[in-house]
Amino acid sequence: MYDLSCADVTKRFGTFTAVENVSLDIPSGSFFSILGPSGCGKTTLMRMIAGFETPTSGDIRIKGESVLSLPPNKRNVKMVFQHLALFPMMNVGENIAYGLRCRGEAKSEIAPKVARVLDRVGLPGSEDKRIDQLSGGQKQRIAIARCMVLEPDVLLLDEPLGALDLKLREHMKIELKQLQHQFETTFLYITHDQSEALVMSDNVAVMNAGKFEQIGSPKALYDQPASGFVAGFVGDSNILAGTLREARGSEARVDLDGGGHVIGRVCDGSVAGDRVEVFLRPESLRLGAADDGTSLTGRVESLLFNGASSRVLLDVNGQLIEVADPEQASALAKGATASVGWTPERARIFARRSA
Amino acid sequence: MSRPGLSDASRLSLILLFTPFVLWIGLLIILPQVGIGYVSLREKISWNEYSFGLKNYVDFLGEPVYRNTLLRTAWMSILVTALALLIGFPIAYYIAKIARERSRAALFLMCLIPLWVSDLVRAYGWIVLLRETGVISTALVRWGIINQPIEMLYNDVTVVIGLVYTVILFMIVPLVSTLQGMDDALLEAGYNLGGSRLTVLRRIIIPYAMPGIVSGCIITFMLTAGSYLTPILLGGKNSSWFTEQIYNQFITRYNWESGSAFGVALLVFTSFVVWAGLRLTGQSLATTVAKD
Amino acid sequence: MQKSGPLLFVYRAYMVIFFIFLVSPLVAAGVFAFNDSMFPSLPWNGFTWDWFFSPVEPKLGLFHDDRLLQGMGNSLYIGLIVATLSVAAGTCNAFLFERKQFPFKNALFVLMVVPLVIPGVILGISILVFASMIANFADQQLGLFLTWLRPGVPLVVMGQFSFLTTITSLVIAARLQKFDISLEEAALNLGASRLRVLLTVTLPFLFPAMFSAFVVAFLVSFENFNTTLMLVGSDAPLTITMYDRMVKVGSTPVLNAVSVVLMLGSGLLALLSVVAQRPKKAG
Repeated sequence: MYDLSCADVTKRFGTFTAVENVSLDIPSGSFFSILGPSGCGKTTLMRMIAGFETPTSGDIRIKGESVLSLPPNKRNVKMVFQHLALFPMMNVGENIAYGLRCRGEAKSEIAPKVARVLDRVGLPGSEDKRIDQLSGGQKQRIAIARCMVLEPDVLLLDEPLGALDLKLREHMKIELKQLQHQFETTFLYITHDQSEALVMSDNVAVMNAGKFEQIGSPKALYDQPASGFVAGFVGDSNILAGTLREARGSEARVDLDGGGHVIGRVCDGSVAGDRVEVFLRPESLRLGAADDGTSLTGRVESLLFNGASSRVLLDVNGQLIEVADPEQASALAKGATASVGWTPERARIFARRSA
Repeated sequence: MSRPGLSDASRLSLILLFTPFVLWIGLLIILPQVGIGYVSLREKISWNEYSFGLKNYVDFLGEPVYRNTLLRTAWMSILVTALALLIGFPIAYYIAKIARERSRAALFLMCLIPLWVSDLVRAYGWIVLLRETGVISTALVRWGIINQPIEMLYNDVTVVIGLVYTVILFMIVPLVSTLQGMDDALLEAGYNLGGSRLTVLRRIIIPYAMPGIVSGCIITFMLTAGSYLTPILLGGKNSSWFTEQIYNQFITRYNWESGSAFGVALLVFTSFVVWAGLRLTGQSLATTVAKD
Repeated sequence: MQKSGPLLFVYRAYMVIFFIFLVSPLVAAGVFAFNDSMFPSLPWNGFTWDWFFSPVEPKLGLFHDDRLLQGMGNSLYIGLIVATLSVAAGTCNAFLFERKQFPFKNALFVLMVVPLVIPGVILGISILVFASMIANFADQQLGLFLTWLRPGVPLVVMGQFSFLTTITSLVIAARLQKFDISLEEAALNLGASRLRVLLTVTLPFLFPAMFSAFVVAFLVSFENFNTTLMLVGSDAPLTITMYDRMVKVGSTPVLNAVSVVLMLGSGLLALLSVVAQRPKKAG
């Protein structure tokens, strides 16, 4: 049984369609992310699930039952807000107890439940602290505890890591994944940061302009993107614009706008004459001579050192190509001429994305 | 809270919230003003018999005493407003711009204190100071500066001073609010580009502070024109301030029709002055008074 | 702005003179409450508490002067009622303008501010006339004696309420505007009913502004004169009583004692309202 399902959910604000025919099914106990740029409609979708907006059409089901007729305070999906929305006039204990008191639980039961959940998020004994005494990471965990103490069917997280600095964000990604396992609750996480989605999720839906472009495991999205948008949004890619010259089976030759031609694999229904883009991941490029059609030559523009993520920037006909080939890169110097090559199936060809 | 379409609960809460507002504005502001308009058009012939017409207004305009009192009230109010602006602007500027952070709050608070104390106490204080048997007079005699005690009340100059005193804080407070919002960089740019102090004042500070100035002027003008205690206590029997006429008609003579006409006249006249002022300077009530 | 030495000195001197001007009538009114003399003026005859506490004529102290004490009592009573009513109405208005959409909102907002611009005397006479019209109508057509519509405490309360509500509405609305609405959504999400959200999340946030508005309304009511003058009946508040004393009977320094009490009270309440609105420092 799916903990949360959306069936063809659509939301229109006047003439503007924020969400269009979105369907998803989230299995119980999994970590599901919705990944997309700002304005793609993911927040609207989440607000509909929580009950703060009503879908124009479609259904939302929790544990098999439609919740459209339920107001936001009666749905068993709890939400961690973007800026956490911890109540400043209450201390930590009162914040966490809030939902329990709304349910009418006995005082004698509330205190031990609060203590237990604080324990589980790693902040035992903080009941009496004031909200403004907490650090960013601690506030995160209290916000989650406040929801988890109510044992919800689904936990909604609205870009909760945005306000944290980089190191803390990296740390929290791992923590959130561990918390999800610990509580064995279904998490629905929305973000515009693809590394968050990839690291934490069992499944990811990539959303663009109100529609889901692809749903799949992080690896599937990375290795087998279904559209140019997904290929460009998930992971790093070098993107070469051009026109499809001819196709032979699944391989095709593309004449690049900047000059020259490359051979790659057609991943959607593009045919000869279409305007396309060729996507090459930095790690699929190998420095050194290669066959005609599967290589590019240019001048080394700069050598970017970043530990294991070091890159070589190659200027090919005015476009900068990023190459991740650390072993060969050490032999290069700035200004030298170099070539990179790839195997055809690693160059993905998609129809050109709209701007 | 979701917006799309008014749910029943949402509509109910709108109606509930609207009710106090409607009752308040309708019953206590709008209808009473209509009421005095209505009564002002009435003329008592005998007990419970009334005729309608503009007799009260005609009487008002025809009687020199009434006409002149209104005009006098009006021009003195304008004078007081102008003085309050001239005297108060440097004070407001100092508090907003020149004083240091700590002293700013203290100065502002000191300005507010006389505001909190009643008109009555302030007028009484001036009486104690200025009357013939008052502090200044007896002190001057004591120190041999003059031979006889001097009566400093009951003349126009004192009334103006007293009124300026009463209203100047209502001029300073909006000015301080507005000036505080002004970025120092604007001034520095003005000087940097070659302006003299006067130019910067005229071209940069005053235009920026205009909403505050207009707001302050409207409030002080209305307060002055509507003032009762200060002109009467400091001006004595010869004060001839228009609010006194209204009081006389209502309470002393029990001529409500005439009193209402006077009230309407005052309201219309002062509203006109305020409207003209707003038009001239291109502001509106929402941008000035409500910014408090 | 760079100011040269002598100019700054003159400017500072101007400020000092201004503050002396500001303060002198208050000092004059206050100081002579303690002068052991029948007249509130020089010469200074020595310090005394008599004008506050003496029970004997002709030097009847404030706290034994029945009429003045009654006036003070009336002022307190009226002030508390009006402040409570106008804070309640002000809170409703704040929610109305901050949260709800309806046609003509801007015009109605201007209407809300209008009572501050109408002279107090006009507010007074207009309510007097309107109330009398209703009372006369009720009397003549329905045979009802509606004494509460005749000059007296209820009318005074209504008159003061009419413009105090504008002040309280603006103060509370300003605070409500700063409220982060996601707090309410979070409370709803955690299962609270809308009423519970209001009581446990929104109103506690508004409370400092409501308290501050209450204090301001009480103060302004206490010292109000113009509107009250037109609406007062037999139970006169302190300002009217003091005025009567001044004009009709002639003053003894007991009025200075009243002034001192008024000044102290106003000062303390004003301080309270400013402190209440200050954000709490982190513990």
